[in-house]
This record gives sequence, C-alpha cells and structure tokens, in this order.
Amino acid sequence: MAEEEFPTEGEVFDVAIIGGGVVGCATARRFALAGARVVLIEKGSDILSGASKANSAILHTGFDAPPGSLELELVKAGREEYLQIHGAMNLPLVETGAYVCAWTGAEADALEAIAQQGRDNGVSDLRLISGRDARAAVPDLSDRLVAAVEVFGEHVIDPWSAPLGYLTQAMALGATVLRGAELVSGEFDGLWHLQTGRGPLVARSVINAAGLFGDEVDERLGFAREFEIRPRKGQFVVLDKAARRHVPKILLPVPNEITKGIVVCPTAFGNVLVGPTAEEQQDRLRATVEEETLDALMAHAGTIVPALAGMPVTAVYAGLRPATEQKHYRVLARPEQRAITLGGIRSTGLSAALGLAQYAVTLHAGMEAPVTGPVQAPPPVTMPNLAEPFERDWQRPDHGEIVCHCELVTRREIEAALNSDLPPGDFGGLRRRTRAGMGRCQGFYCNARLAVLSQGRLAVPLDTAEEEA
Amino acid sequence: MKPGRDADVIIVGGGPAGVAAGLELRRQGVERVMLLDREADLGGATRHCAHSPFGMLEFGRVYIGGAYGRRLTREAVGAGLDLRMRHSVVALAGEGAVEVSHPGGVEQLRARRVLLATGAREKTRAARHLSGDRPIGVITTGTLQAYVAFHGLMPFRRPLILGSELVSMSALTTCLSHGARPVALAEPGPRLLARAPFCWAPRLAGVPVFTGARVVDIKGRGRVEAVVLKLADGSLRSFDCDGLLLSGQFVPEAALSLTAGALLAPGSGAPQIDQFGRTEDPWRFAAGNLLRPIETGGWAFREGRAVASAVAADLGRAAETAPPVVVTFDDPVKLVVPSLMRPNPDNRGRALKQFQLRFTRAAKGKLSLHLDGREAWSKRGQWLPERRVLVPMPAATATAGAIAFRFDAD
Repeated sequence: MAEEEFPTEGEVFDVAIIGGGVVGCATARRFALAGARVVLIEKGSDILSGASKANSAILHTGFDAPPGSLELELVKAGREEYLQIHGAMNLPLVETGAYVCAWTGAEADALEAIAQQGRDNGVSDLRLISGRDARAAVPDLSDRLVAAVEVFGEHVIDPWSAPLGYLTQAMALGATVLRGAELVSGEFDGLWHLQTGRGPLVARSVINAAGLFGDEVDERLGFAREFEIRPRKGQFVVLDKAARRHVPKILLPVPNEITKGIVVCPTAFGNVLVGPTAEEQQDRLRATVEEETLDALMAHAGTIVPALAGMPVTAVYAGLRPATEQKHYRVLARPEQRAITLGGIRSTGLSAALGLAQYAVTLHAGMEAPVTGPVQAPPPVTMPNLAEPFERDWQRPDHGEIVCHCELVTRREIEAALNSDLPPGDFGGLRRRTRAGMGRCQGFYCNARLAVLSQGRLAVPLDTAEEEA
Repeated sequence: MKPGRDADVIIVGGGPAGVAAGLELRRQGVERVMLLDREADLGGATRHCAHSPFGMLEFGRVYIGGAYGRRLTREAVGAGLDLRMRHSVVALAGEGAVEVSHPGGVEQLRARRVLLATGAREKTRAARHLSGDRPIGVITTGTLQAYVAFHGLMPFRRPLILGSELVSMSALTTCLSHGARPVALAEPGPRLLARAPFCWAPRLAGVPVFTGARVVDIKGRGRVEAVVLKLADGSLRSFDCDGLLLSGQFVPEAALSLTAGALLAPGSGAPQIDQFGRTEDPWRFAAGNLLRPIETGGWAFREGRAVASAVAADLGRAAETAPPVVVTFDDPVKLVVPSLMRPNPDNRGRALKQFQLRFTRAAKGKLSLHLDGREAWSKRGQWLPERRVLVPMPAATATAGAIAFRFDAD
C-alpha cells in the first residue's frame, strides 16, 4: 500500500481535519482554498470508508428538510456550490427529478403540506400532480399511485468521485492527507498537539468530521460528549442496469418522522437503487446485509414499479448513518480552543458537504485563527467520469483493454487510479474510483486480473501470496 | 452480401458454442463469419478450468483448459473465421447490428444474423442475498479458477465451499491442488447435487460435508474471518475460514439481451429461443450455456454447430415474421429449452430435436407434454435438480397452437 509521507517534526498546520468522509474532504478543500495549510487524517486504509461509502447518491434540494434548520441552509448552499463546480471538475449531474409518491388517500392528503414545506424552504420548482400524470411520464410506476409531488431539482450524482475530487483539489493546493492515521488524543495549549496512529501532528485548529466516531473524537480531543452517535444502518439493493429504463426518476415515499423512507432511484452509473432501511444499532463498524431484509427490499421495489420484480440483483450493501439522539446536525464551535465539530450529519451529508465546509470556514474566521496563506483560485482538477449518461473511457481509443466487462472499466482507468495523487488504499477504494468489480458479475471475470494489476498496492491484497511468504 | 454489412453472421462469444457455430457456418459455405470475443484468447469458460478434460466429443481427444482454447483457435483460423479478439459487445442494436468497444474505440458492426453464445457464470453473493459483512474473499469458482489458471495466485487458504454441483467438486480439487484446505462443504439442499462418484470427493479428501446447511452470516472486516452455517438440525455453527467459495448456481450471461429489452425465459433468465435457436428477434439466434446453465463443453459445442446450421438456412430467407408459440410449464420444472416454437409444417431443419428440461428440486411423479391440450408424451420417475432431462419433440409440436409441460406428483 502506498503510504503518504508523514510530515516532519516542527511543521505546524493551520487546520487539522479528522475524518476522510465526504464532509472532511469538502472541508479540506474549502480551507485549502481559503489559504490554510491543511492536514486531513483518516483512520481507514482509504478515504470514504465509513458513513460516506454507502448512501443513496442523491443531490437534494432541501425541499423536505426541517424549515429554518441549519441542515436546510447547508444542503442548499452545498447543492448550489456543487452545481457551480461540477462542470469544471467533470463531476456528473444526472438531472432526474423526483416524485414523492402517495400510495394511499391519507398519503395524498399529506402532499399539499409537503409541497408547501418545499416552497417555504425556498424550493419553488415543484408541483402536485395526479397519479395519472405521474404515470404518463413514468409509465412503469404501479397503477396504485394516487398522486405525487414532482420535485424537479432532485438530482443524482457520483457519491465517490465528488469527495475524491474535493480532496484531490485540496491536495493540489498543498493539503496533506494521511490515511491509516487514527486520532488517539489531542491537547490544546494554544496549539493543538494531536497524537495519531502514525505519529504526532501540530495544528492551530481542529475540525472534527469523524462521522460515526464524532462523539468519540470529541472526547479524545478532551471535550465532553455533547452528543451521542447512534448508528442507523441502511441496507440497499442495486438492480441490474436493465432496470434503469423503468426508473427515470427518483421515487420517494411520503416521509415519516424517523426516516426519508425507502427510495427507488436511478444511480449515476446506470443502475437502480432500492433502500435504505433505517435500523438502529450499537455497533459502529459492522454494517451487515440480511437476507430477509434484501428480499423485503426487492418485494418493495416490485410494489412501486412492478417491472422491477424479478430483476437481477447486481449488488447489495449496507451503510451506517451517524445519527444522534437528536434529529438535527450537531455543529459545535469552541472558539477558545479553536475547534469545530461537524457531527450528526446523518443522511444529507453528500448534498450538504460543500455547505458544511463553507460554514466551517465562516465559524473558523470568527475564531481569530488566521490562516497563513492567501486565498487560492481553485486549481484545475478534473475527475475521470464514471457516470453512464456521459462519455466513458471505453468509448475512447487506446484504452488498452477492458478489464471489467460489466462496468466497462479499462486498464487505462485502473492504472490512472493506481497512479493518481490519491491512489486507492484498499480494494473498496479501487472499486469506488473505477467501478471495477461493481457490476453484475461482481468480479467473476475481473477479480483475478485486478488482483494482478493491484499487487503490492492495497492494504488488504486480493490474493494470499504475501501470507505465504 | 449487401454493402454496409460487416459480415454475414456475427457470433458473440468464443467459447465452445460460438467457435463451433463459426466452424459450421464456414463449412456450409457462409462467406463472412465474424467472431467477437472480449478476451484475448478463445475458449470461454474452458480457459478457467485447469483440470477438467474437454474435447473428447468434438475433437476425439482430451485437452486441458487453455489447450482446448488453442485448439479452437487453430480450427477457427484454419476455417477462415474473421476473429476479432478484445471486442466487447456493449449493446445489441436492431436487425443484426451490434455495438462494440475494442482497444481502437467503439463501432457498430452489422450482419445479416447475430448469434449469441455468451455462456454462463455463477450467481454472485449479491444475487444470492447472503447475509453478513462484505469482506474480501467471497468469490465464485470461476474467479478462483481465473486466479489459479491465469495468474498462479490463490485468493484464500482455508475457504468454506458453498454448493455441491459438479463445479463444486472442481472447486474442491482446485483448492487442494493449490495449497488451500477447505474447512467444510455446505449444501443448502437435502442431498449433494453432483453424481457419484464425484460427490464422494469431499469425504475422500477429509473435508466435512453438511447438507441442509445454509450460510446465515459472513464475518470479517478486511478479509473473511468466519462463516456461520445454520445446520439441518437448526443449530448454528461458526467456521473459522479466510474465504467463502460460492460454487454453482450458474446463471446465463444474458445481460445483452436483458438490456436490449428482450424476452427472457422464466426460470432460467436465458434468451428465449425457438426450435431453430432463433430468439423473438428474428435476426438474433442463441446457443450454448447462455440458454441453459449449464451443460458440458461438448454439449455446447454440438449445440453451437446445430444452431449454426439453422442460421445458415435462415440466411437464404427473409427474416422470420411468424409469431412464436410460448412453451408453458410449472414448478417443479425450472426451465425448458426451447421455450418458443415457430410454425414449421415440414418439421425439418430444427437445431434442437429434443426439449431440454431442468427441475428446481427433487420430485417424484409424472412429467408430460401436452400439444393443443392432448398428452403427446409422458414419463413417470424420480427427477433430480441440476440433472439433464431430455424430452422428445414430436413432429406435431411444430404446428401446435398450445404447448405445455405438466407435472403430476405421485
């Protein structure tokens, strides 16, 4: 595994960010743009290995966020910035739109309030439509549909290339990224002295973006636990690309108090996603899938879009959301110690990340913690496109060979990922960067070839040759 | 050949069925036969198998793994097939066209007929809905064999093998001969699926065998650390292991047909074909293990040849317009090939002269074929899953308006 060089003793960073999830990556970028010398530490062998590895990849409008909430404000700010930068960074935006689907008269009665909340939240691009009109646009929707709210601005993005791009841009501005570096403890004496699994670091400020371990990291930094992470598991089923033409839009249920509910939605990669469940659990590490739940998700998908019944399953996964004992974001600023906690970002993190980053920089600016460098223009960082509606590498000549036939991943793409500024630390990271092995055969054909191409490059090798030696 | 066409026939897939089809088309004088394969070498799934012998039926001698593919290549080159390796068909277009990606870029290739011979693969962990963590080391036999045969690597040392088909026994052999020691072999069904003597292999090798055992949990953060089985008596037993080998439960590699919106056969998920190997799209044919997971390489070879013969005859005609009759069946029959029938009054030129059936589970009773409501054939017996069942196709089948298989349990 390629291990980043550890900073030399005596080096003082302006900002240390703890956690390489989507929030940490976006925050690193925003601070780097503001001129800060940034270090980001991540305990996993790759970034995006906690809550950010599994989500529904929707760029939300905030139409259903709690009115007046910080979450709403940051979702909108984050979305706005994504729309501004995605073109230059070659990050995809699949403009699907969404239906909030009412399946009963009672649910249909709730739609007007949902639409009104959306308008109150500043999302005016929505409308109430009849079940018949909804089915005219999405003919494969079940005829049980009573009515829907159409929200035009709900879109689908690539949940991994985006944060990877944010962090790559931060690195282009000199940010240091340390993986396999768990925060052990932190002490503040005018400067932060952080002990990590890979050695000591010194920084003027700290940002806790530790996701599922947000409360624990606060404690390790010497703060009282002001919130408690209560992991909420979400299981997902990814359906074959053949399902995509039946699901042109994001299909949301009428939400309840606890969860946005189970979504049937297209992915940027051309599949259809069904999930997530919302299951409270204690364990912050294990996110298991369960046969009965997966069966139930499939059955559910068939009730929404009957053509999905019997559709082949491409992948299943489970993720943990860093929910807390309260519903809202837990953003804490401690100006005396120059510390900011971005906690409890439970389900809208992908949409809000860039907004959270802006907010963190604003909070930080009020802390008399000057950054040492000048404001920077965004360096030109373009990400390889993995999204289906746009041109992929296999469509261009001289790609070498197609290694993963299901997702049409080329050798050139795999080599580019392995040789990038932030190469994958583990197999999951390689999959997220290239989509290799993510398709319908789940590596039947390419897994062995990937083992060869990635030999000596990943924390957990695919083959066992090293164990033998 | 009309201008603007790249071939008379495009064959997709260079395993036994695809190559055999190409050889037969050339033998029958079809001028331009193009064979596309996404890999660098011919052979298809046989390339993965460093152990099983192939070639007895078709070439009169035995080849092992890659050697069989090399023999196919010699035959194909000798017969003048237009071989296009590293050509991935990414989509099926209408009227004999296919979209292709190759190292030079993308292009559309057009022919008068397309023959799909894309084979089968094993069902994935995701498609099986197996519970638990998702660590490294949960792989299929095909993947294991690719590690061993292509790269000399091993993905684990102490796997648990799930499944008891013939391929599961191959998996066991591959493990044992490459330094891995399976901790157990688990079969969810009540008995081992492979025939004797193959099913004796685990016990002979001292590997514990559990029937009626389901995987209920997979544990491991990086690599697999343990697999939990629910045994036939309902008890749970955890096995320390570093891999889970998913063997068998083959599914057709029918993605191209599926994404093209084609009719897939209930039970198998394969493209539906008629007695000529023709799909509901009259420009498109299919043969080999794509139709019916799975048969031997020799069977696929002969099937490819037979369907090619029907394709050659079809080239001389306008594309078939008659709508097919759908062959119906119920549980415990899992699949029937062919599942379509097109009118064929003289009953000549069929590629498939028998129905091939599979059962979902062991069943005792009478299997019968009904044509227009009248019983045309029947047989009583004990029927086992994953075993070849052949039923004669009476001449009247080709003109029947309703074709149904029935099963009456004893």
